[in-house]
Amino acid sequence: MYPLEAKNIFKSFAGHQALTDVSIQVPGQQVYGLLGPNGAGKTTLIRIINNITAPDSGQVLWEGRPMQPSDIAYIGYLPEERGLYKKMKVGEQALYLARLKGLSKQDAQQRLKYWFDKFDVTSWSNRKLEELSKGMAQKIQFIITVVHEPKLLIFDEPFSGFDPLNVQLLKDEILYLKNQGATVIFSTHNMSSVEEICDEISLINKSEVVLQGKVNEIRTRFAKGIYVLKTDAPAGRIPESKLYETLSTEEKKGKLTMQIQKKADVTTRELLVELSALYEIHGFEEEISSMNDIFIQTVQP
Amino acid sequence: MSKIGLIIEREYMTRVKKKSFIILTFLMPMMLVALVAVPLLLSSVKSSEVKIVAVSDSDGLYLKRLENNAQYKFVPAKDGLATVRKQIAQEGSIYAYLVIQGDLSKDSSSVNIYTVKQAELEMKDFISGQLKDLARKDKIASYKIVGLDKIIEDSNPKLSINTIKWEKDGSEKESSSELAMVIGMVATIIIYIFIFAYGAMVMNGVIEEKINRIVEVIVSSVKPFDLMMGKIIGIAMVGLTQVLLWVILLGGTLGIASYALKDKLGDGQLQKFSTQMAQSQTGIHPGANTVQMQQITTQANDIPDAQRIIQMVSNLNLGEIVFWFILYFLAGYLLYASLFAAFGSAIDNQEDSQQFVLPLTIPVLFALYAGMYSAQNPDGPLAFWCSMFPLTSPIVMMVRIPFGVPLWELLVSFGLLVLTFLGVVKMAAKIYRTGILMYGKKVTYKELAKWLRYKN
Repeated sequence: MYPLEAKNIFKSFAGHQALTDVSIQVPGQQVYGLLGPNGAGKTTLIRIINNITAPDSGQVLWEGRPMQPSDIAYIGYLPEERGLYKKMKVGEQALYLARLKGLSKQDAQQRLKYWFDKFDVTSWSNRKLEELSKGMAQKIQFIITVVHEPKLLIFDEPFSGFDPLNVQLLKDEILYLKNQGATVIFSTHNMSSVEEICDEISLINKSEVVLQGKVNEIRTRFAKGIYVLKTDAPAGRIPESKLYETLSTEEKKGKLTMQIQKKADVTTRELLVELSALYEIHGFEEEISSMNDIFIQTVQP
Repeated sequence: MSKIGLIIEREYMTRVKKKSFIILTFLMPMMLVALVAVPLLLSSVKSSEVKIVAVSDSDGLYLKRLENNAQYKFVPAKDGLATVRKQIAQEGSIYAYLVIQGDLSKDSSSVNIYTVKQAELEMKDFISGQLKDLARKDKIASYKIVGLDKIIEDSNPKLSINTIKWEKDGSEKESSSELAMVIGMVATIIIYIFIFAYGAMVMNGVIEEKINRIVEVIVSSVKPFDLMMGKIIGIAMVGLTQVLLWVILLGGTLGIASYALKDKLGDGQLQKFSTQMAQSQTGIHPGANTVQMQQITTQANDIPDAQRIIQMVSNLNLGEIVFWFILYFLAGYLLYASLFAAFGSAIDNQEDSQQFVLPLTIPVLFALYAGMYSAQNPDGPLAFWCSMFPLTSPIVMMVRIPFGVPLWELLVSFGLLVLTFLGVVKMAAKIYRTGILMYGKKVTYKELAKWLRYKN
């Protein structure tokens, strides 16, 4: 049973198809990446999960059963288009928004105190939001997203507009919350952060899921059979082989680094047997595609 | 507390705590009272100085009969024109020089008043009133008919028409059309202002949440419908609070002011005060000519005594008026506020709002004018149809109610209003839930219609 599952979701707006037969299964206590170019339909899917809009057809399952409107109390959502009341005091609006999520006044105050102390913003709670720096406001926004201890956290482009320090803080917090038992859906363009924190992903392009699975598996699947061999520089010419093509060589201080492309029907074992006969191997490693390459490769027509 | 309750609380508290709200609420009644009281006080201060009017009366017909008052004192002019002129211009011992030549009952154009400054209107009225009276008496006396003055007085009766309403049960009730009109207009204008001011407040609140981009955070916790209704209800309560405070404060300050003024002003001033009120009622401003002034004064005298007014007010069936006022007030506000919310949701910058809501301002303005004309003819076709049509009925019907409206008309009109509100609020919610999440798009009315068909 998955904490959250979307089944065959269709959604269109006035002739524009936003989602076509999209299904995702989000496993518990994992970080699930929702990737895709702008306008692919990620935000629409997230809004459907949040009960903000309804799908034309399809179903969202919460812990195995059809999702109820009351379930959104267990979701923490940080939208891409986010903001707070500029003229309202920080503490007041954090309390208000926490109570809107269903916390009692006492609970909300207690938990806010914990988070405000943790993020070192307690001294700002009596100031109006417009007096805060952008980074500070983003911290407040993050606190509001997580204060009701949601089972499912949804971050839509969480790092946009954050400075590197806050990005690191946020990443640490997301992983911390995951370890505490939360499930995280993470929508982003930032592919390096996907490699870093996502366990599974769905790549949506032009309203459809085009790639889905565990990050490691996908990266292996996309491996092109390129290996990097490190060895001592040979005395003579580098020999040709029927098993692979040499893409590049680099000699430095008597060491040779060679990038080779394995031919399609050759196994890694065969390759290694041949190489070890020729060279003293110091290092041999498969070059895994970066998520960035995979993204571009998949999305480009 | 339920979520909609939380929203209402926030919408209410943030607005009531605003400085602008507090200032407006407390200053408004004081300004209203000051508007009436300050001129009164000033005019009472002015009267302390006695001004001397030198009188040259060639036939000696009037000088002895002219009566002084607290402000003007008449003295015989002993010296010639040149000397008096010097006294006025240089010494200031004399304010004005009144020259009367011959018998005014025969030649009415032979009175001149000389001053250095422009002659005061008050003095001119005071003198001309007395001379006219004296000349009239002389003229009547010149006919040498015994008791003529009494005959003339009798032939000029005070006429006041009493309007009496026959109730269905056969009883008679004395009513006042003027009073009904005033009450109807006041009720109408309050509803009109409320719809506009607080409808705009709802719209600005919606736009603010959209511009601040907090709206998506909130609708991930509550239904957009709850957010919209919470805002509408919260702001309605702000308005009710303000109206209530105004009633209390206005009553309080008026009480204090009238108590304070009573000591300072004599009976004459109070008389003047009631004349002033009559002037403002009939729409004639001070400074109008003497004939009008006299008419007003007679009108003021015609105003029935307090007891009769109270009687007539109670005959108006105040309970019924207040009952319907509250219903129309709330329903009218709710109808327009939900429309304002829907329109506001489609806008993402404040500058666009004015032109975008034009379709809303037109019916409200039209209703106000229709209401004003309906006051003249509360049972005419304009009044009837406008008090049935839901977009104008909250404003127009209030003009008609003090004149008495058949129950079936009230029920049909109010029923239509409520049905329209229910339909409109549904449509508004649909537009709202789409609009609040739509950015960077110049929205057309055609697009709004499309949003109505979106699922959810």
